Amino acid sequence: MSILAWPIYVSFLGMLVLLLGNGMRSATARRVALGTMLLAALLTFVGAARYDASGGWAEVARVPWIPQFGIEYHLAVDGISICLLLLTAIASVVGVLFSWNIEHRTRGFYAFYLALIGGVYGVFLSRDLFLLLVFYEIAIVPKYFLIAIWGSTRKEYGAMKLVLYSFVGSALSLAGIVAILAMGWRQLGAPTMDLGVLGNVNWPHGFQLWVFPLMFIGFAFLAGLWPFHSWAPTGHVAAPTAMSMLLAGVVMKLGAYGALRTGVALFPEGLVAWQGTLVTLGVVGILYGALVALVQQDFKFVIGFSSVSHMGFVIIGLLTLNRYGLSGSVLQMFSHGVLAGLLFGVVGRMVYDRTHTRQLGDLEQMQLNKYLPFAAGTFVVAGVAAMGLPGFSGFVAELSILTGAWSAFPGVAILAGVGIVLGVAYTLRAMRRAFFTDPPAGASEGGGHELPPITIQEKVGALILLLASVVVGLYPRILLDYIMPSVDGLLATMAKGGAL
Amino acid sequence: MNGFPVITLLTLLPVVAGVALLLGRPAGATARRFAVGAAFLVLLGALGMWIGFTPGDGAMAYVERHAWVPALGVDYFVGVDGIGLLLVVLAAILTPMSLLSGSLPKDRPTLYYALVLFLEAGLIGTFTALNFFHWFIFWELSLIPAFFLVKLWGGAQRDAAATQFFVYTMVGSIAMLLAFLALFLATGTFDFLALARQGQDGKLPEALAKVVGWSGLSGKTLAMLAFTGVFLGFAVKVPCMPFHTWLPDTYATAPTPVTMLLTGAMSKMGVYGFVRILLPIFPDQLRAALPVLTVLAIATILLASWSAFAQVDLKRMLAYSSINHLGYCLLGIFLVVKLNPAVGDPAASRAAIMNGVVLQMFNHGLTAATFFCLLGMLEERSGGLRSMGDFGGLRKVVPIYAGLLGITAFASLGLPGLNGFVGEFLIFRGAFGISPWAAVVAAPGLLITAIFLLTFYQRVFLGPLEPRWAKLPDMTVNERWLVAPALVLMLVLGVMPQLVLGVINPAVTQLVEAVSR
Amino acid sequence: MTTSYLELLKLGGAEALLVVAGLAVLLVDLGVMRDAPLERRMRVAAFGAAAGCVVAGLWALCGGAHGRTPGGVLVIDPLSQLTKTVILLMALATALLSIPARFTRHVGEYFSLLLFGTVGMMLMVSTENILLLFVALELASLTLYVLTAFNDENPDAEEAALKYFLFGGVAAAFLLFGLSLLYGLSGSLDLREIGRALQGRGMEPAVAAAVALVVVGFGFKVAAVPFHLWAPDAYVGAPTPVAALIASGSKVAAFFLLGKVVMVGFTDVAGHAAWGNMQSGWAPTLAILAFFSLLLGNLVAVAQKRVKRLLAYSAIAHAGYMLVAVQALADPAHRSVGFAALLFYVMIYGLTTIGAFGVTGVVERNHEGSDALESFEGLHRRAPVLSFMLMIFFLSLAGIPPMAGFIGKFSLFGVALSAKGGLGLMWLVCFAVAMSAVALYYYLRVLKRGFVMDGPEGAALLRVDLPSVVVLGLLTAGVLALGLFPGLLLDPLTHAISAAGL
Repeated sequence: MSILAWPIYVSFLGMLVLLLGNGMRSATARRVALGTMLLAALLTFVGAARYDASGGWAEVARVPWIPQFGIEYHLAVDGISICLLLLTAIASVVGVLFSWNIEHRTRGFYAFYLALIGGVYGVFLSRDLFLLLVFYEIAIVPKYFLIAIWGSTRKEYGAMKLVLYSFVGSALSLAGIVAILAMGWRQLGAPTMDLGVLGNVNWPHGFQLWVFPLMFIGFAFLAGLWPFHSWAPTGHVAAPTAMSMLLAGVVMKLGAYGALRTGVALFPEGLVAWQGTLVTLGVVGILYGALVALVQQDFKFVIGFSSVSHMGFVIIGLLTLNRYGLSGSVLQMFSHGVLAGLLFGVVGRMVYDRTHTRQLGDLEQMQLNKYLPFAAGTFVVAGVAAMGLPGFSGFVAELSILTGAWSAFPGVAILAGVGIVLGVAYTLRAMRRAFFTDPPAGASEGGGHELPPITIQEKVGALILLLASVVVGLYPRILLDYIMPSVDGLLATMAKGGAL
Repeated sequence: MNGFPVITLLTLLPVVAGVALLLGRPAGATARRFAVGAAFLVLLGALGMWIGFTPGDGAMAYVERHAWVPALGVDYFVGVDGIGLLLVVLAAILTPMSLLSGSLPKDRPTLYYALVLFLEAGLIGTFTALNFFHWFIFWELSLIPAFFLVKLWGGAQRDAAATQFFVYTMVGSIAMLLAFLALFLATGTFDFLALARQGQDGKLPEALAKVVGWSGLSGKTLAMLAFTGVFLGFAVKVPCMPFHTWLPDTYATAPTPVTMLLTGAMSKMGVYGFVRILLPIFPDQLRAALPVLTVLAIATILLASWSAFAQVDLKRMLAYSSINHLGYCLLGIFLVVKLNPAVGDPAASRAAIMNGVVLQMFNHGLTAATFFCLLGMLEERSGGLRSMGDFGGLRKVVPIYAGLLGITAFASLGLPGLNGFVGEFLIFRGAFGISPWAAVVAAPGLLITAIFLLTFYQRVFLGPLEPRWAKLPDMTVNERWLVAPALVLMLVLGVMPQLVLGVINPAVTQLVEAVSR
Repeated sequence: MTTSYLELLKLGGAEALLVVAGLAVLLVDLGVMRDAPLERRMRVAAFGAAAGCVVAGLWALCGGAHGRTPGGVLVIDPLSQLTKTVILLMALATALLSIPARFTRHVGEYFSLLLFGTVGMMLMVSTENILLLFVALELASLTLYVLTAFNDENPDAEEAALKYFLFGGVAAAFLLFGLSLLYGLSGSLDLREIGRALQGRGMEPAVAAAVALVVVGFGFKVAAVPFHLWAPDAYVGAPTPVAALIASGSKVAAFFLLGKVVMVGFTDVAGHAAWGNMQSGWAPTLAILAFFSLLLGNLVAVAQKRVKRLLAYSAIAHAGYMLVAVQALADPAHRSVGFAALLFYVMIYGLTTIGAFGVTGVVERNHEGSDALESFEGLHRRAPVLSFMLMIFFLSLAGIPPMAGFIGKFSLFGVALSAKGGLGLMWLVCFAVAMSAVALYYYLRVLKRGFVMDGPEGAALLRVDLPSVVVLGLLTAGVLALGLFPGLLLDPLTHAISAAGL
């Protein structure tokens, strides 16, 4: 399984190549980036194919690093990690395709991009708590530069806000991790940061009561937990398309993953104590995100807020503490990752890069379903999938989460259902106004007919993401066979503590 | 157990054809021919299934069952009994009829035909699904083609109508989804047949209470809530008053061939849902809610027919008439569960009423679709006019048309000898046996229907002829061939309903027995 | 027992060598190089100083003896030698970075003072005798006061130096008073004896006074609030290489010494800074200092528009971080790893700061001495390699992996909380961690200028001299290497500390 460590190294190697290649042309830079990401994706798929779902955790690499604190360079995977690694693989390749048109400082763009992806791969592979934090924080700074240099609306403000929020969140987690180190040292007599060992420690109840929220909320910052979510819409809108894709698609999942591995897995008693509060925040996030998306005039903001809403589902899934909710949450991480990528790809790359406007009022005049039929069609399918329509990945995920929510906190399930309906409403509204409004009779032809055609890179990227969503929607076992055994294993470990 | 996968093929065929159209982008006329060809293949398949079907004891035939997502209790489980098969055939008949009626759409005809084919796939999928997951997929997926068909090719107000249609149905669907999730948690399965067994054995309330036992609600209340959720989902689709407000706008603004499918087949999805899902799984809950539901059904019957009477727009009139006709189906479904009927032989009454419901589904589908088809022809010739006041004395100019439309109208109103009569007769016969007062109160609906249809006929075809219609062309040969099969069926089924009854009766009897213990 | 002079020489060989080097540089410059061009004089003197550092460092690590002279006047063990080597590295870097600078004509004086100051720092880390402690501290401080004034290019230098001197003098007076109280309480100048004498006496008024006064003295030296007021002006007024040395070498020495004093001398009066469970002693006092240093240093840095002043306030903030680690020294069981973490952090911080000041120096020289934020605009185009190094240094200061600063921060917090009763320090750690978010903001602002903004059109490439590039390059490599393989420094420190019996 050590092949799975290579996506990290390959990404950073690619970054080095780009950094050292002073004077490299844009075209070369793109090819280097694409080649690197394809290689990393290939390695991930091979590793995933080799993984034996019934075997639980599979070791990838393990080397002592800072023995004074029990820190190791320890990489390992289970089914949940594999699922998210696959998401990263897919999204990273499509992200490069969707940014094919960047001409300004292309080399630097892809250097930061590869650094970010390297960090992301690392988070999903880490089995050492410190190492997880290291990769998590490595992924923070490239985001700043990617948005501040290549973004659009209020890019510097959006970038700084996003990074500071992320950092505050990770700072909270850092404080929590140090506390875990200290308490673990005391309980075990020797320091350790191994997540497996830490998961088996019988943490004192009082300790869990304050460490759990520290860890969960710290990571959930990045997952868009309400009310710590406001970096997300601004940041997504300010970011260039590929970044919005990655931010909403993958980076937000880093937060959820971190919350799962550190908060949920280590401190079930703490979770039980805080479940009510956090689930309320999650559900408010679902509804708030949906309601605000419903009144936005900027197309990208609609998608940005819809991301907050969808991540609310992930969060309540994590809090259900049963196999349906947890596996639904992981599946939703994958599904939303792919679909958000698709939606931002359409809004940012296909529409905005051509029309230079994202205001629904302007787009209404442009009859985009006639002049950009591929974009319109892709958005319809993506929007419908994001609504949770069966046949796509979102439905299975939401089904699972709702099932889990029913047994854990049924009132929330109903509210979440309302959220789904709102999702239908805002998606339809945006879809209608952006693509399917006819200009008033007698108006001119609309500014749409001079738009450059959709490039092959955009089409390939969109089709890859669509395919991923459809395949998982129609044959969810392809991922559930990875996820469910791992979720069951996780729940068994948590139950040993007696909290469940 | 898994024989030749007829149903899967039949469901996939229109999808594949639709995708081929989208990728190949042939010109309009070619696209139409291709689509019609595919639809005919489906029709052949459906008829083949009909012929090869042995009613037997009402069990499912052509069953296919594969594990799909075992972790969630989901199987790919399809099959038909007599009832489902009848509706598959209905969808198979109506689709080519819809494709051939009317002229080529001016705008993006290829996309139009592809969407119609996708809609057909959705219909067939819904009528054959036996596991909630798979059923829900097709239920929801059929919304998309319908939505776009209305939105892109509809008349005035199509935006609002399409959105209203979509959102209404989705809200109902979410309620249904939540209810089914609760059922899944309680029973561990999404399988309709298994759930039906549990429901009929009365095990649902306690199962639900064990799993979803929050806020101290009793098992019975929980089962009622689940029932309400599922009910809402179907009630919006049928529609049952007061969830019907989306329908007249949608039917009126959709292009006529689309309305044919909407009224002919899509509305049957709702009724079928009642028959296949709601009734078998929740008989006790249905019984408990019977008074309210009976009132709703009767309201649907009466108010819809009264509203139809008040319309001048012919399409709206027919839209309300559709609601009215399906109201009879609803009444029948609700009354079936009533215990201790007033008079007569309960088993016979129940069987009669159920047979009537199923038959009515088919007959109404056929009749309403034909009616809309013919109306569409008039609308095209008159340049978009379709108000009763616009016409008069047309019989003189277009006698064939008047004749064929007359037959359809009479079938719709339930003239003995035509197909519409049998279904309604059976329903009322059974209703009288189970709940005479309900039958009595609902009966005026028939009368009002007769009145407005006759009025319509009189105002449009009889009376003085306006000069502008003097040159109205009569039906072309193609058009006559188009409606001929439907009309023939109307006549044949009016006289020999056994052709259908023989097929559906075993399934109906089994269902009725199961729910009325 | 008397020690022979030969043994003394061997023990103090590194310092002696450096003194000789300092004198040699001075004599060569005054005697031989008087008429040479400034550039040549700087180069010769700098390489001479560098050579001196290298030789002294080699002696410290390889040659010479280890031992403890009576009274703890000289304590030469692997730990002191290792720390000395790092200090020498910092002095070396500072010397080389001074080469292109043109802030003074008194070349020989400058470099010899640099070396003498370094000697003072080296002695600070080699003693457990409170008299030599004071002398060494003063040696280091006085030379730094003078060096601060050496800036012909900046009219504020004299004022800054004067402020530094006055503050320093007062602080030294406080320290001396405190040390004399300690002598009075114990009758000995040896920290070990003092520690033994203070055992079991609790916080008597005299003890409390002594502790407080000593804390004041060290607080000034490390620029902790409220003894920090000299720092911003000194850092800005002094020539940039001198500021680098103040921020790095003198901090390493000061924290080393503080750690020694606290661990050896004040073992029993540690007290505790746990929330809701405070016990009086040096620990809560230092915790308060840490808190306010973090608060003030970070918040005021946000408002800065000139990078050197920003680095000064960030130095105050970092002093706060380091004081958090000192908390761990209160627990005898945990203090060795605590001291290792503290030294690791302060050394990394020192190297990074020299790098940061070095880059600032280059930018300054290309902008007529202006270190304002505007000077950094578009650095990625005008000096791509330099801007990359700037990013590494600043991100390390912010505590972002994979730079060494992150490991350092984590270690600091880790040891603070792992000590006995350490979880009570959670309030301080959370606060420190929150403040690091503020820090990231102002560091990113500088990086924004360098990377995001494109700068004036057609701006020329920066002139960067070879010694600076080499030194900065090595420092960058060091920061990255220590971030990926912290064991390279942490392991030797851990071994040395346990060998020192701490």
